[in-house]
Amino acid sequence: MGKTLFEKIWEKHIVKTIDHGPSVLYVDKHFIHEVTSPQAFTGLNNRGIKVLRPKQVVATADHNVPTLNQHLPIKEELSRLQVEALIKNCAEHDIELYGLGHQYQGIVHVIGPELGITQPGMTIVCGDSHTSTHGAFGAIAFGIGTSEVEMVMATQCLLQSKPKMMRINVDGVLNKGVVSKDIVLYILSKITASGATGYAVEFAGSAIRSLSMEARMTICNMSIEMGGRCGLIAPDETTFDYIKGREFAPKANEWEKKKTEWSTLFSDGNAKFDNEIFINAEEIEPMITYGTNPGMGIGITKNIPTTKTINDNDRSGLSKSLAYMGLEQGHAIKGQKIDYVFIGSCTNSRIEDLRMVASFVKGKKKAADVEVWIVPGSKLVEAQAIAEGIDKVFEEAGFMLRQPGCSACLGMNEDKIPAGKYCISTSNRNFEGRQGAGARTLLASPLTAAAAAITGVVTDVREMLPPTPKGELATTFTEA
Amino acid sequence: MATNKENTKLSSPFRGTGGFKSRFVPINNENIDTDQIIPARFLKGTTKDGFGKNLFRDWRYDNDDESKTIAHFPLNMSQFDGEILVAGKNFGCGSSREHAAWAILDAGFRVVVSSFFADIFKNNALNNGVLPVQVSDAFLQRIFLQDNNTELTVDLENQSITINSTGEQESFEISSYKKTCLLNGYDDIDYLLSIRPDIEKYETEKNY
Ligand code: SF4
Repeated sequence: MGKTLFEKIWEKHIVKTIDHGPSVLYVDKHFIHEVTSPQAFTGLNNRGIKVLRPKQVVATADHNVPTLNQHLPIKEELSRLQVEALIKNCAEHDIELYGLGHQYQGIVHVIGPELGITQPGMTIVCGDSHTSTHGAFGAIAFGIGTSEVEMVMATQCLLQSKPKMMRINVDGVLNKGVVSKDIVLYILSKITASGATGYAVEFAGSAIRSLSMEARMTICNMSIEMGGRCGLIAPDETTFDYIKGREFAPKANEWEKKKTEWSTLFSDGNAKFDNEIFINAEEIEPMITYGTNPGMGIGITKNIPTTKTINDNDRSGLSKSLAYMGLEQGHAIKGQKIDYVFIGSCTNSRIEDLRMVASFVKGKKKAADVEVWIVPGSKLVEAQAIAEGIDKVFEEAGFMLRQPGCSACLGMNEDKIPAGKYCISTSNRNFEGRQGAGARTLLASPLTAAAAAITGVVTDVREMLPPTPKGELATTFTEA
Repeated sequence: MATNKENTKLSSPFRGTGGFKSRFVPINNENIDTDQIIPARFLKGTTKDGFGKNLFRDWRYDNDDESKTIAHFPLNMSQFDGEILVAGKNFGCGSSREHAAWAILDAGFRVVVSSFFADIFKNNALNNGVLPVQVSDAFLQRIFLQDNNTELTVDLENQSITINSTGEQESFEISSYKKTCLLNGYDDIDYLLSIRPDIEKYETEKNY
């Protein structure tokens, strides 16, 4: 029997297995941030122990930081205390911290890959559910709770049960105006927000292979929204090219050695999956969500479902969601008025996302009554955007380029969407109150969000793109 | 299994014969995510205490105003009481925040019953001595149909849950490792610390 990609990595990291219980899984890289780590450090201190392998831990401040005037002290007291606790804890435990003011600061799932810390074949954890992002490199990467953060800091290991295996195959050529965010929202709309619970999900197929690394990260990022324990994509030349030369990537002889090792990381032809799903890329339109979980999405030209058209499982939630969203069953979503546009978060705040948006809006102006926030995922992304003149394009369009952080993805820091307002967002969660109490979130791709910024309403971006042969625009504006 | 009891932090109400009996609070919604259980703006604490008062904050108060309680939300209804929370399918999806488990515990709940739990929440609950009991959809609906005086019995030893008024019973799954931990108040970290030599051997073998 062949092995899946997941199994190859998993087996290599098992320290031991408890009879009738979980396995002890060794962790290669542990990312930490200010929100889910303080109680773990307190736990260690209470036990009188230190972080076991501080060199394998990397810290940043992202969730709770302001995205304007980062050079000034944080105004909000509790937020400031949390960030200060991280600084103190990292100093006491000898952990590298890319905090505010550091050239590498940024959203934890953006900086790991861009610095070359994230590599194929690794086990990676973080006290944040979107750790699944790093799986795009062919790594086992998943979110953990704070007790587990403490566990990993104390022992560099975790107790884990092996998940079931699922493979989602997306084959074919993407339609114009359709990008990786649309693929993952489409999958979610098909399998629901709990469709992959208990599974490690491997994404495969020609449409996935054709994507850039950053586009692949967008897909793995949202595997947690399906309930997946983690998401993975087998590494290939695209992966190796991306990693090569990055700050912490292997160098010289070590590089060749690693590359050979990484090239063995794929699911064998006769590997067994507990569940397998096939999707035709050509079915996918630009997507948008209408409800309050990421599985409640539709193609942009479709109408919002009704209790008659939706399947049984989702019926009870539909009315409640639509009441919260202030939307009507059976109505078109296109044309819905938008108040805010948020382009950012660990799903879509990388340089390719910003380039895609800039190339689309160049020479256009935002609608008068829409506020547009662009929040780069890291200081490096911000610097690159400025070097390429992307900041000027945004300025001319009337978009506000803010400083790196999680920002309006989670309504924890200062950046919140007011109650009752509609925000088209490139983030990953449209839960009630996610972007601020009472805020109404519509999830979409950066391209669809940019189109709404210009028109002020939910818009089919394809109508604004010059006509070209199929597939070509997906290339121009995607992440390729 | 961990034997070092000094650092253990879980107390166990699940021990002893007869099981854990309590009335329950029903929240009959599906896909309750951890942003509902505890909204992000209340995650600024650096200790584990005090999250209970913001449990389901935005479902309890209108417009975030503590003087405007939403009367029909079960946590605000005096007829509901108990240490068991019963909720719809896919409970605890979304963010990995353990603050959700801390808030539930801090608000006085020791058991959550649902027909499906998100993975990370399940681990977080177990790591804090809160028992997630997964039942069938049909059994869950039976519980929701009971009146507010009904007690449930959760017998961890025998892995069963009973609706006391009707005698209906179902068994539930839990790994034998986790069960022992919960019954004895053991903690995973104690266990992992106790196998430090194995971990170091692994590191040497794999050239870390
Ligand atoms: S950007 Fe949003 S989803 Fe990503 S780590 Fe930050 S809060 Fe979480």
